[in-house]
Amino acid sequence: MAKRIDANDLNVYYGKFLAVEGVNINIEPRSVTAFIGPSGCGKTTFLRTLNRMHEVLPGAHVKGKVLLDGDDIYGPGVDPVTVRSQVGMVFQRPNPFPTMSIKENVLAGFKLNGKRLSKSDADAIVEKSLRGANLWNEVKDRLDKPGSGLSGGQQQRLCIARTIAVEPSVILMDEPCSALDPISTLAVEDLINELKNEYTVVIVTHNMQQAARVSDKTAFFNIAGTGKPGKLIEYAETSTIFNNPVEQATEDYVSGRFG
Amino acid sequence: MTTQKTPLEDAVSQPIAASTSTGDAPAGPERRHGRSRLTAGQLPKWTPYAVGAAALVLSAAIMALIGFNVAGWVIIAAIAYVVGMYAVTLIRENRRKATDGLWRNLIIGAFLIALVPLISVMWTVISNGWQGITQPGFFASDMQGITGKYDRAAQAGEGPILGGIAHALVGTLLITAATTIISVPIGLLASIYLVEYSNDNLFSKIIRFFVDVMTGIPSIVAGLFAAGFMLAVFSFFGAAPGAQTIGLSAAIALSVIMIPIVVRSTEEMLRVVPNELREASAALGVRKWRTTLKVVLPTAISGIASGVTLAIARVVGETAPILVTAGFTVATNWNLVKDWMMALPVYIYYQLTTPTAPQAPEPSMIRAWGGALVLIILVMLLNLLARAVAKWLAPKTAGR
Amino acid sequence: MTTVTAPSPLTAGEKGRAGDKFFSGLTFAAGGLILVVLLFVTVFLVVNAYPALIAGADELPSQTSFFEYVWPLVLGTLLAAGLALLMATPVAIGVALFISHVAPRKLAKPVGYVIDLLAAIPSVVYGAWGMLFLAPLLVPIYDWLHRYLGWIPLFNDPSATGRTILTAAIVLAVMILPIITALSREIFVQTPKLHEEAALALGATRWEMIKMSVLPFARPGVVSAIMLGLGRALGETMAVALVLSSGALTWGLLAEGNNTIPAEIAANFPEASGLRYNELIAAGLALFLITLVVNLAARWIVNRHKEFSGAN
Repeated sequence: MAKRIDANDLNVYYGKFLAVEGVNINIEPRSVTAFIGPSGCGKTTFLRTLNRMHEVLPGAHVKGKVLLDGDDIYGPGVDPVTVRSQVGMVFQRPNPFPTMSIKENVLAGFKLNGKRLSKSDADAIVEKSLRGANLWNEVKDRLDKPGSGLSGGQQQRLCIARTIAVEPSVILMDEPCSALDPISTLAVEDLINELKNEYTVVIVTHNMQQAARVSDKTAFFNIAGTGKPGKLIEYAETSTIFNNPVEQATEDYVSGRFG
Repeated sequence: MTTQKTPLEDAVSQPIAASTSTGDAPAGPERRHGRSRLTAGQLPKWTPYAVGAAALVLSAAIMALIGFNVAGWVIIAAIAYVVGMYAVTLIRENRRKATDGLWRNLIIGAFLIALVPLISVMWTVISNGWQGITQPGFFASDMQGITGKYDRAAQAGEGPILGGIAHALVGTLLITAATTIISVPIGLLASIYLVEYSNDNLFSKIIRFFVDVMTGIPSIVAGLFAAGFMLAVFSFFGAAPGAQTIGLSAAIALSVIMIPIVVRSTEEMLRVVPNELREASAALGVRKWRTTLKVVLPTAISGIASGVTLAIARVVGETAPILVTAGFTVATNWNLVKDWMMALPVYIYYQLTTPTAPQAPEPSMIRAWGGALVLIILVMLLNLLARAVAKWLAPKTAGR
Repeated sequence: MTTVTAPSPLTAGEKGRAGDKFFSGLTFAAGGLILVVLLFVTVFLVVNAYPALIAGADELPSQTSFFEYVWPLVLGTLLAAGLALLMATPVAIGVALFISHVAPRKLAKPVGYVIDLLAAIPSVVYGAWGMLFLAPLLVPIYDWLHRYLGWIPLFNDPSATGRTILTAAIVLAVMILPIITALSREIFVQTPKLHEEAALALGATRWEMIKMSVLPFARPGVVSAIMLGLGRALGETMAVALVLSSGALTWGLLAEGNNTIPAEIAANFPEASGLRYNELIAAGLALFLITLVVNLAARWIVNRHKEFSGAN
């Protein structure tokens, strides 16, 4: 299931503005990779290019290649919709669909695409996904209640369940805990640890302790100044980044001297 | 003005004495009970009543000089009260307080002034209209065969007021339904284009500008357009002139009025759907049109539906465009594409301007008032429905 | 699991794009249709008005050139709408402020609701009220005005029925009052609480707070509400057609006479034919242009004040 991602010389533009420059990165399957760096350094922008979600912003486009197990997702004739069904995404703020129940939220990926599921298949997917998101025991008695009635942490795990229900190869997470309290954060971090058994997980975080806790490898992004493009500075094992990084900028950032 | 001073000074002489004594009172626990230094120098609570009473007396005196009537008495008393309160506060407190009070009174005054005609409209329509709608057969019969003879008899008290609004109700309902069927899909799709697909390009800016222009089109101009447009279409197909005066022409005229209203309100509702939901759906690998139809529209449906209902309420009451497109008739016509058709507002207009029996207009007036009451009730119901729909369809967030 | 088909070449699923293309094409067409309709309205009005515009005075039914025919109507329209706006605006803004900032909350909500309902009352109802109730009521007041102020030309020749341009303007004022109120109130309640509290914390009285924070914030919105009211009053047909006993242009507000474009069209269009038909449509074109100018002026004012509104 899990697939590897390779980005080669990737540039991201907003209109004419170069936002992220020259990223080369190889992300292994069945691993957790964290992107860290100061605000505005382009880590979220880069993350969104991995499933072409940046294209929902007018004028955003990329140059370079992103390979998903060797297939270029920017190749000619590639449909972003197909890419996104294989590379799922969890957002900063939990965003369950307000018009749907918990169950319908989990099945949203199928229902919205008009796929017909038998009741037993649907129930099986709902249970499997919610168990996978460590949410089953908390919501199994109220699957028909609105998803927006859950707590923030539960909503975020519901969004993760919704993402894994369509069985993607890669899960991208954009600061998934920044809107959550510490206890909910812990629950989501535990879940990330389990997810890497089956998926390739890429997570953007502002919280360096979180990166240290959950990730196998860490990529540090930085920006030289406003108006300059963001760049990938260093990419290595998490322990290396935090204990003896090669670059001075990385050392300054992880030791809290700036950013 | 000199006569006004005396009662005012009477009213304020007491608080002057009271507050000077509190002003002299020593600080600390021995201060006189109920008066803190923070409230010192304020007018006592009963000042407005005193000034009000003085104003009423003064006004009555003026009225006695020029001849008494209730409306004049109330108006002059109100003016005297506002001026009096300003003067008292200015003298006893300060200019800022006085200005504050003056504007406050003027704003309340504006509210009361506005109430008078609006209540009068409601009262006139309800009291006169009640007589109309309780006539036997008012809802069930049209005006076919109702001639001046019957109305003269009714006015002389020799018979009931015959005739009713059946044909006008049928026409209004059919024309409004046709208008809705034309306008809602166009308006909905156009606003989806503006919000979801246009990326604020030049074309969308042009559409938005012209939708604004369209909201300003006088309804009679919309009627003229539809009348002439249908005449052109009909003569192109070789129909006899006059054949274009049908209910459908009215529906087209009303659509010109209704489409921009639907676009405006729907666009607003779609814009408040959080972008996060669109992104969440896209990230699941859902196509944009499905995202739009199954996520965005259901989330916004309560606002859209209530906007559409209000738009319907707006066109139900339009008169002029129907008058110049569908004409008027006395018989019930169920066919939108053949023959003239009556609508409720046109019915009211014709009963008022061309009474069935010119020498005995009373029964026509009663029928017109009855029609007006029905029309108002229809519009009110649509407004209430809009609110109810907004509540019913709103996404349910409760359940925790 | 039979459900997910994940084709390894990413180019699969091409067929799904058709739905997207179709739907976006459909919405684009709907947007374009609106432009086409407006184009049609304009083209139609101009084409049908043209014969009347070029016709000689002797050909037209009124035996005058079109411009001589239409300018009293234009003046009448502007006069009625202008008077109505003059009466309605201060009251409407007062009522809106009453609901948003003065009235106790318990009262404000139902009152706001009732105002919304009143804004929806069809104009023909206001017309009926003006014709049958208000006009007779105003006759003694007009007589009184004439007796004491008759030396001003505006108050000459009081009508015996009360169906004059002033009555029509009053009815229009009553009609647009709830419209201006409802829109202004909506703007007033949107004033950022922060601005209001900043003013109050400086020790401002309630009126000073309204003057300092509410009015500057709301100015563009209120202007466009007033302009919308003016547009309504200009284009209003039925209220005027029912109330006014029309005639030649006159300065006497209390006298019968004057007419507005919409009322003229409504009264004559059903029976019009030949050049008379063209003449009425040309009058409609003139009305359209007037309302267009009003709308554009409103937009211009709103845009000019945008930077200072504090809305951003």
